[in-house]
Amino acid sequence: MNRLALRKAWSAFMIGLAALSAGIAAATLVVVVLYVVSKGAPALSVSFFTHLPRPVGVPGGGVANALLGSVVVIALASVVAIPIGALAGIYLALFGRGRLADAVRFLSDVLTGVPSIAIGVFAYALVVLPTHHFSGASASVALGIIMLPIVVRTTEEAVRLVPHTIREGALALGMPTWKAVLLVTLPVARPGITTGALLSIARVAGESAPLLFTAFGSQFWSNPISSPTAALPLVIFQYAISPYHEWQQVAWGGALLLIFVIFALNLAARLVLGAKFAR
Amino acid sequence: MASEIVTRELSAYYGSHQAVADVNIRFEAGAITALIGPSGCGKSTLLRCLNRMHEVVPNTRVEGQVLLDAKNLYAPGVDPTHMRQRIGMVFQRPNPFPTMSIFDNVVAGARLSGQVRDRMTLDDVAERSLRRAALWDEVKDKLQHGGTSLSGGQQQRLCIARALAVEPDVLLMDEPASALDPISTTKIEDLMRELKGAFTIIIVTHNMQQAARVSDYTGFLLAGESTPGALIEFDETSKLFTTPKDKRTEDYITGRFG
Repeated sequence: MNRLALRKAWSAFMIGLAALSAGIAAATLVVVVLYVVSKGAPALSVSFFTHLPRPVGVPGGGVANALLGSVVVIALASVVAIPIGALAGIYLALFGRGRLADAVRFLSDVLTGVPSIAIGVFAYALVVLPTHHFSGASASVALGIIMLPIVVRTTEEAVRLVPHTIREGALALGMPTWKAVLLVTLPVARPGITTGALLSIARVAGESAPLLFTAFGSQFWSNPISSPTAALPLVIFQYAISPYHEWQQVAWGGALLLIFVIFALNLAARLVLGAKFAR
Repeated sequence: MASEIVTRELSAYYGSHQAVADVNIRFEAGAITALIGPSGCGKSTLLRCLNRMHEVVPNTRVEGQVLLDAKNLYAPGVDPTHMRQRIGMVFQRPNPFPTMSIFDNVVAGARLSGQVRDRMTLDDVAERSLRRAALWDEVKDKLQHGGTSLSGGQQQRLCIARALAVEPDVLLMDEPASALDPISTTKIEDLMRELKGAFTIIIVTHNMQQAARVSDYTGFLLAGESTPGALIEFDETSKLFTTPKDKRTEDYITGRFG
């Protein structure tokens, strides 16, 4: 075989190997999703979304309280973490120079890597111990801390991608800096900022470790802010390891729902970002 | 009203690096003045000092004076945003605001700087500015389209219209045609001749033919290996290009370097 033929054969082999790897990576996801759908779909019914959990042996029952708990806990975390994170990201992208900015960047990178269970312990010590009871609010603190660095860094990236020449154009028209940022730079960065916020929500929606000793879980309707509250990942965890078939069934249903929500959030993030390029 | 700009011992720094040294120029009201010179000679930096845009870049500094109708831009207490409304700027690359329509782009400065609020007047401002920028006929039927949907040459005229809408006295142009094709370049040059008289125009260009074609006065700047950019020669364009007084000017305009 001459060199060219050898090289082509080698190239074909490597491309095949890469394609196979890509296939395996994608197949894993497909298998997980299909398996969860096949197991969880039977559990999904109207009562799954509207009823409280029932005792073992009683058929029916749902995860309505866990749904409400998850929504409230995540909403509370978002309301606090997203504005703070977005403002910090804007600061880093436009004005962040010197030690303070470097420190914020470094710390938010470190925070991204901190295991979520450690953040759960922190929220436990910060909120649960002083108030003497588990609560949805303490879970929001934990999730908010996890969201914060994600929002900070994605916002910084999104704002940094806006060409500085556009802001200079606004300044050259005699606009003060705050107007140039608010009316010219930020609208351009908005799809990127929104995407980051959505992805941060998707990231914490499935977190279970930090909820174990903050939200704690509940079988009943409770105030999802001030009391121990059920949450979807907790229900999955507690029911999946239970010995009862009905409860395991509910866990599968919850897992399917969670996958669907996260899938939807990722899809929304893509659509928001896509809208920018369609313009 | 066109205004006169005079610089006195103007120097500009990036950190500890001096880019422009002790420039004294008088830009005549209503005339077109070109600043030429090889890359890195400080001509763009000098231009950005004239509307206080140099200081937008971190760690920069300006020394000396820039007098707009005898009023020093760099006097303590002068609000740079105020000065910039009187001294418009067009950049090297067209930079329309991407999220805004053609209409919103044109009136952005007038609206956002709080000069005009009335819808009726905004329409007038938009039409007048687009007409002055020779863009009205091409965009009058699609004012609500995105500003970035236009071609590069149209975008640059949009940016000129946007600058004119604020009713400045001076228009600074930083290589406004260097990213454009020859036909668009010709349109920009025609436009400059139209605007001359009503506005004082100062254009930075590395295209000597362009300087010779459009300007009344030309300043030649040059930086040495380790010396900052300085004004070598300033004269009427016809004189500077035919009978330069300085050997370095002659070498540059005859294409011996740069």
